[in-house]
Amino acid sequence: MKELTTKLLVIGGGPGGYVAAIRAGQLGIPTVLAEGVQLGGTCLNIGCIPSKALIHAAEQFETARHQAAGSQLGIRVADPQIDIAQTVRWKDGIVTRLTGGVGALLRKAGVKVLKGWAQIEDGKTAIVQVDGEAVRVRCEHLLLATGSDPVELHSMPFGGPGGPIWSSTDALSPDILPKRLVVVGAGYIGLELGMAYRKLGVDVTVVEAAQRVLPGYDEELTQPVLDALQKSGIVLHLGCSVQGWDAEHGVHVRSDERAEEFALPAERVLVAVGRRPRTAGFGLESLQLTMAGRHVAIDGHCRTSMRNVWAIGDVTGEPMLAHRAMAQGECVAEQIAGKNRSFAPVAIPAVCFTDPEVVVAGKTPGEARAAGIDCIDAAFPFAANGRAMTLEATGGFVRVVARKSDHVILGWQAVGRGVSELAAAFGQSLELGARLEDVGHTIHAHPTLGEAVQEAALRALGQALHI
Amino acid sequence: MGIYVIRVPDIGEGIAEVELVTWNVQPGDSVTEDQHLADVMTDKATVEVPSPVHGKVISLGGAVGQVMAVGAELVRLEVEGEGNLKENSAPTPTSKAQAAPVSVAVPAPAATPVAPPASAPAPKAAPARAARPAAVARKEGERPLAAPSVRRRALDLGIDLRLVHGSGPAARIEHHDLDAFAAGGGQAAAVGSQYVERHGEEAIPVIGLRRKIAQKMQDAKRRIPHFSYVEEVDVTELEALRQQLNKIHGATRGKLTLLPFLARAMVLALRDFPQINARFDDDAGVVTRHEGVHLGIAAQTDGGLMVPVLRHAESLDLWACAAGIARVAEGAKSGKLGRDELSGSTITLTSLGALGGIVSTPVINHPEVAIVGVNRMVERPMLRNGQVVARQLMNLSSSFDHRVVDGMDAAQFIQAIRQLLETPALLFVE
Repeated sequence: MKELTTKLLVIGGGPGGYVAAIRAGQLGIPTVLAEGVQLGGTCLNIGCIPSKALIHAAEQFETARHQAAGSQLGIRVADPQIDIAQTVRWKDGIVTRLTGGVGALLRKAGVKVLKGWAQIEDGKTAIVQVDGEAVRVRCEHLLLATGSDPVELHSMPFGGPGGPIWSSTDALSPDILPKRLVVVGAGYIGLELGMAYRKLGVDVTVVEAAQRVLPGYDEELTQPVLDALQKSGIVLHLGCSVQGWDAEHGVHVRSDERAEEFALPAERVLVAVGRRPRTAGFGLESLQLTMAGRHVAIDGHCRTSMRNVWAIGDVTGEPMLAHRAMAQGECVAEQIAGKNRSFAPVAIPAVCFTDPEVVVAGKTPGEARAAGIDCIDAAFPFAANGRAMTLEATGGFVRVVARKSDHVILGWQAVGRGVSELAAAFGQSLELGARLEDVGHTIHAHPTLGEAVQEAALRALGQALHI
Repeated sequence: MGIYVIRVPDIGEGIAEVELVTWNVQPGDSVTEDQHLADVMTDKATVEVPSPVHGKVISLGGAVGQVMAVGAELVRLEVEGEGNLKENSAPTPTSKAQAAPVSVAVPAPAATPVAPPASAPAPKAAPARAARPAAVARKEGERPLAAPSVRRRALDLGIDLRLVHGSGPAARIEHHDLDAFAAGGGQAAAVGSQYVERHGEEAIPVIGLRRKIAQKMQDAKRRIPHFSYVEEVDVTELEALRQQLNKIHGATRGKLTLLPFLARAMVLALRDFPQINARFDDDAGVVTRHEGVHLGIAAQTDGGLMVPVLRHAESLDLWACAAGIARVAEGAKSGKLGRDELSGSTITLTSLGALGGIVSTPVINHPEVAIVGVNRMVERPMLRNGQVVARQLMNLSSSFDHRVVDGMDAAQFIQAIRQLLETPALLFVE
């Protein structure tokens, strides 16, 4: 068997793994990265990036159809059509460009990439199957960045893009545009894709076990999303559980409240009920690491219970977000290089690319109060923002939460079209320890959606100008 | 709806006023019958005041620490139906306690050392501290506020940001704060130490038993010129006897400590020194000598020092004495002693047991005139007949009221006790 000795072996080439490897390479650490499928992981290949591409295409198509139906703006469009196969090709092009870019960055940093599945032998050894040949990699440090998988329902196993039951992966490379799509799960993945398909002209029905959409967010924040769902013609079945599927009737749904069962006809069913850390199938269990439920337990330095075995990203549990994994990856690489680092961000922003978008960073008013903090909060609606009007996007608001005693900002939430870009401002003010006055007395360019950020801070101070 | 007034109860013989020690209710609280409303304290005992009715608390008659006359309004309740107050008047200002915490009008009973009606220091909450510029005043578990670049640099410098004072807005730590900390030698401390300066303070009102203790101690030291005398006692024989007695009778009659032997020795010695078994009313200028020996036993309780009384120690044999000491000491701790067992002692015995130390200077339990303190027993080499032998030795540290006990008498009294303890057979010779 071919043998390879290195200082750092990274298992998984997703955002966590490849960032860790690049940074380690930059710091002069001999690094090997093993990736079984494609560099870029879920994010670049079957997650963040392709979904945003599809959402963008769907939006454009919807805009065109909207204009064809007679636009207030005076634009006239005749009978727009979508060639979904071309859409998928365009999306794949972006993905290829990005994953290729990751490969180039890794090469530049001097990282050796092994394309193959890794099997852990012990905390310092793994065997990677590269083109049918096994390579034993010995390392001083092992970094687990194996990511997560979509959760499957027993009654409805995933069948690939051509099958009737889609995972989020399949929904990003559709073989056809189904006439009727049932989405199981009204979390952010289900709603992002469900809304995109609706914009592509598909009849979409969403089934959710909880009584609300986006159950992870507070109701005030999700209300504009719920309004948009209803306006778009998506049918919602809340408080309902899915029992199974057959080709003739479609999805069998049970309403817990009304104690009745009904069938939802569907050509395709998208199951988006969450993601599960990928901890099985590659010998992880042989390390006997301390687990925290389903995920690998780590400390504030991304250390597992075994010395020099590190873990980052989705395999370490919630929040399963690419930007968290990247930050953790950098943190681990620098520690291996001998630097004193810890993973202790003030906030990890989270964005939900529904229409309208939802963005949260830091604590919500409810979370702050639950933590016993005497806080103030204030919201500024986009209805009072000039730029929002010119974008036909006056729904939603920006909300700020701050400690009452010293006005240190504890959290930001926003809902509205394009608010995902506000995550940068939110994250910065939180990490810099800004007070309401700092944001309120910073000149924000006019006319932008960002003015709502300033106005929310001013409003919390009782000094709002435009409301 | 009626108004029901609960008054300070008459607790017993000669008690004219009590001190409020604890409130268990606040205005607005609903109370049920028999609910424990407050603790009041006489010079010795703490008494719970229950509510005789269901109702809602409207007002409290005083603040914790206040001395209130018996019969003064303690709590005002709103009750269903008719109350016990006819007119719906505000709390009557005629109530002495209401008028002021100072109840000079009520004379203290002569024999009992009631707290002088000093102006009650109203228990004040600790004043909010203004943030000291140099202090690191973060709550436990609170993250220091610092920008990512500062945090990164602190990690590189090995500085724990929790120890660094932040000069920025909302105590945010800036780069120059980090510089100052590192320049001030903070770096070494941060690397090796988790110790944080602490700046909290807590104002504890001296009330209740603690106030009684403070007053009694102050009184004793102000009034009595103490004369202290320390003597070493060879308790080898006594210790052998004690262990032998415990071996033979321990299972049936209970274990003996040194204290009953000491009590017995004091009882015998006091026969020859009646001026020491006495109470000196210095205001009246009268020393009252007592035939009976009412032995005060200094006892540590959760609330503080108490001196319960073993009455007629002269009538008790070793085991009865041991049981009596245990009973009053335990009673003092659990607050279950009657008044007669909390006052009237004629001489006091104090022992810190294994913590007895070498020498102590006990404070006389005024108006007594003497107190005998027991120090630690220790085995030491001694010269006897030219030979070095191991002996059990123990000091007795005693104090006397030099106004009425002369030094010679005091010394002879202690020597008599020493003789009795060194030849323990004498303890049993009448």
